[in-house]
Amino acid sequence: MIRKIKRLMFPVAVMLVLVIALAGCAQSAPTTPAPPSPKPPVTTPAPTTTPAPAPPTPKPSPTPTNPSELSGTITEAGSTTVQPVAESIAAAFMSKYPGVKVVIQGGGSGVGVKSAAEGTVDIGAASRELTPEEATKVTPHVLAKDGIAIVAHKSQTVSNLTKAQVADIFTGKITKWSQIGGPDKTIHVIAREEGSGTRAAFEEMVLPKGAVITSNAILQPSNGALRTAVAGDPDAIGFLSFGYLDDTVKAFSIDGIPATVENAKKGTYPIVRPLLFLTKGEPKGIVKEFINFCLGPAGQEIVAKDYIPVN
Amino acid sequence: MSRYLKDRLATYFVFACASMSFLILLAIAIFIFKGGFPAFYEIGFFDFLFGTTWRPNQGTYGILTMIVGSLAVTAGSLILAVPLGISCAILLAEVAPYKVRQVLRPCIELLVGIPSVVYGLVGLILLVPAIRKIGGNGFSVLGASIVLMAMVLPTIISISEDAIRAVPSSYKEGALALGATHWQTIRQVLLPVARSGIGASIVLGMGRAVGETMAMIMVIGNSITFPKSPLDAARTLTGNIAVEINYASGIHESALFATGIVLFFFILFLNSVAVVVLKRGTYDQRIT
Amino acid sequence: MTSASLDSSPRQAQASGRPTEKRSAYRLSPKTTQKLAMACIWSGGIVTVLISVIIIGFVLIGGIPRINLDFLLTPPKGGLSGEGGISTVIVSTLFLVIVTIIMLVPVGIGAAIYLAEYAPDNFMTRLIRYAVEVLSGVPSIIFGLFGFALFVTALHFSFSILSGALTLVCLLLPTMIRATEEAIRAVPYSHREGALALGATKWQLISRVLLPSALPGIVTAIILCIGRAIEETACLYVTMGGSAAMPTSLLSGGRTLSLHVFYLAMETRAFEKAMATGAVLIITIIVINFITNWLSNRFQARLRGTN
Repeated sequence: MIRKIKRLMFPVAVMLVLVIALAGCAQSAPTTPAPPSPKPPVTTPAPTTTPAPAPPTPKPSPTPTNPSELSGTITEAGSTTVQPVAESIAAAFMSKYPGVKVVIQGGGSGVGVKSAAEGTVDIGAASRELTPEEATKVTPHVLAKDGIAIVAHKSQTVSNLTKAQVADIFTGKITKWSQIGGPDKTIHVIAREEGSGTRAAFEEMVLPKGAVITSNAILQPSNGALRTAVAGDPDAIGFLSFGYLDDTVKAFSIDGIPATVENAKKGTYPIVRPLLFLTKGEPKGIVKEFINFCLGPAGQEIVAKDYIPVN
Repeated sequence: MSRYLKDRLATYFVFACASMSFLILLAIAIFIFKGGFPAFYEIGFFDFLFGTTWRPNQGTYGILTMIVGSLAVTAGSLILAVPLGISCAILLAEVAPYKVRQVLRPCIELLVGIPSVVYGLVGLILLVPAIRKIGGNGFSVLGASIVLMAMVLPTIISISEDAIRAVPSSYKEGALALGATHWQTIRQVLLPVARSGIGASIVLGMGRAVGETMAMIMVIGNSITFPKSPLDAARTLTGNIAVEINYASGIHESALFATGIVLFFFILFLNSVAVVVLKRGTYDQRIT
Repeated sequence: MTSASLDSSPRQAQASGRPTEKRSAYRLSPKTTQKLAMACIWSGGIVTVLISVIIIGFVLIGGIPRINLDFLLTPPKGGLSGEGGISTVIVSTLFLVIVTIIMLVPVGIGAAIYLAEYAPDNFMTRLIRYAVEVLSGVPSIIFGLFGFALFVTALHFSFSILSGALTLVCLLLPTMIRATEEAIRAVPYSHREGALALGATKWQLISRVLLPSALPGIVTAIILCIGRAIEETACLYVTMGGSAAMPTSLLSGGRTLSLHVFYLAMETRAFEKAMATGAVLIITIIVINFITNWLSNRFQARLRGTN
């Protein structure tokens, strides 16, 4: 048996030696600690682009471009908050310009920022402000404003929370519903993964500086998954984009202000953040057409259904 | 082209194909280590492995909670799957009549073929609400263990059954001739002789359990604390990688690759143990 | 009642001079222990059957009612509403499987031929076999990580069917090699001797005698790999992207059926659609299993029968 172990150990040892040698090379190379994701050289993001026939003006409202002359594919990825409205706008854009295909994916704001910065997609979507470091890599275009609602199961008796109570619940200081006027049950905190823009905006606007969400929180990877989790658990609480509110969950009023789009527009609802489209540098070609469409009257009309338009 | 030339070319071609497997393994090792080494260098090997906090936004990367989560879920699934699996293996190898075997075997083969997401889906729809009634919020180590048990069961059953069948029939006949009951034969003769095969099946099942990703993300809750009871949520090493890899960059991404390194070595270790355990058994049998 | 029976009472044992066992009054007789043990064993089997019936039954019963031509032929409406069907997903899955098999089969068969026919018993061969063994144990998320680092990022293929297919090839290579090698080894030695006696070169022996004889086994291996490719999720989750659109080229992203079930379950509340997709998956896999079994039975019969 010793012989057999020895036989297995030898190839393992060979591999380890190779690996250590390679690690030595990796260390001596003067690269920053991010070898697997090289920044690609300046490449046009869109894989297939035909230049737009009429040069569009930089104003948000697009000059009417001939619908049959635009063609190509636009890829978008990122925030799940932006995803539903992006899909609606994309559908409208594609029906206006049948030659263009717009692909919308999710993944979270972190994916949006990273993919846009690396050129993996044409447009990244984020549901929070960019950090100064990120702002050097991508150009933001504000699509809309969106409120973040604090939600619970629709059978929840509590209806109103103060901002301080929300902060205490999510940092773990308040642990039972009875402490805020509800039944004597443990609060199940459900939050988003760390790359989520909704989470980052929530942390910045609601939690005191330096506080973190309790480590007992269940983490779901998208707005939709969080809504499903809260809708199925009578003792759960979570935060959700306004655009995802439906009758399966109940939204709390914060400091007496109900969570509605009107209140967010008026500025009375306290938790509102921008929704951004990110491009690497200035957008060109069909990407520029699409962004202009989003910021123009047609796009903003779609935005206004569930979010706050900017134009 | 003369047939001798073809023969020569063919030899080179097949050798190249065969080397592919070795080259792929090498490439995996290179890329994963290259990706993960900066994390070990910056964070420190022991701080990474034994750190109890994983908060990339704060810059803290410690995967001990994930290691405990993976081990807890694996242990839970084995506790459930091993008795069930060995009973089923004994049933198939010794006890069941032919007709019952005809029914049982396809059931087990089907379990093998089901994708892990379907297990996760059933867990999400059936198990999570049910466990919520018992306590906690449903996303728990218990749910994940049950789901994993169903995935590991076929492995344990088929390898254990082979091991039991491989016992020379002279052993069984001798025991029965001495007047032992069927169960006494199984328990005191067949199982001990087959124990290396059964042990190997458990270790391989463990390997499968540790490596499972998608079903785990769906039912275990992905929280970053230690699970203190089976009803608590947790996060596995595999879930850690899959949930965060799409948006991680810099040290965070490197830390995920480092998690992959830990996983890789753990599975390598488990597989080597399985091979040693299995070979040892046949060696014993050859002596007698 | 022979005195050698383990059932004999202490008095008989004493009479024949054998050492007696202490038997406490609470100890069960072997017959009772046997009955209990058999009950446990049978219940283990019943529970196993129940588990597989519950899982498969639940998905099929929940899903099949929703499968109709409409479901199969309309594209999904995108990541949120959960509405629509799965047409683009089916196309993506087929596309992925075809590309993977095209790349996998030549390499797998070549490697299997080497291991079965050419390999001398030296260090390199042991290394190759060791690599095949290790690779078959590596979890698929590690392959996903590898594919992400190499194909998606370093080679700039981005999230695409090509990246997914290449990753799958790496994942499935050990399975293909093992199954094909078994098929080649199963060809009777007489075939080889006959060909060599007639003056064939080694390659002629392989291409004209061995491979055709081993063909059913090789086809079984290919179908086995197709089945595994369809059910694979983790490594494709990080290399293919989540786009639900119709793939137009090797470099477009896509979703396989398994991934679609995952996204439906996690991002929408459309559990019925998820179950319907799951049902499609399960039915596909049952059919593939069935074909594999039938083929391998024919393969065995052919070898045993017509020789």
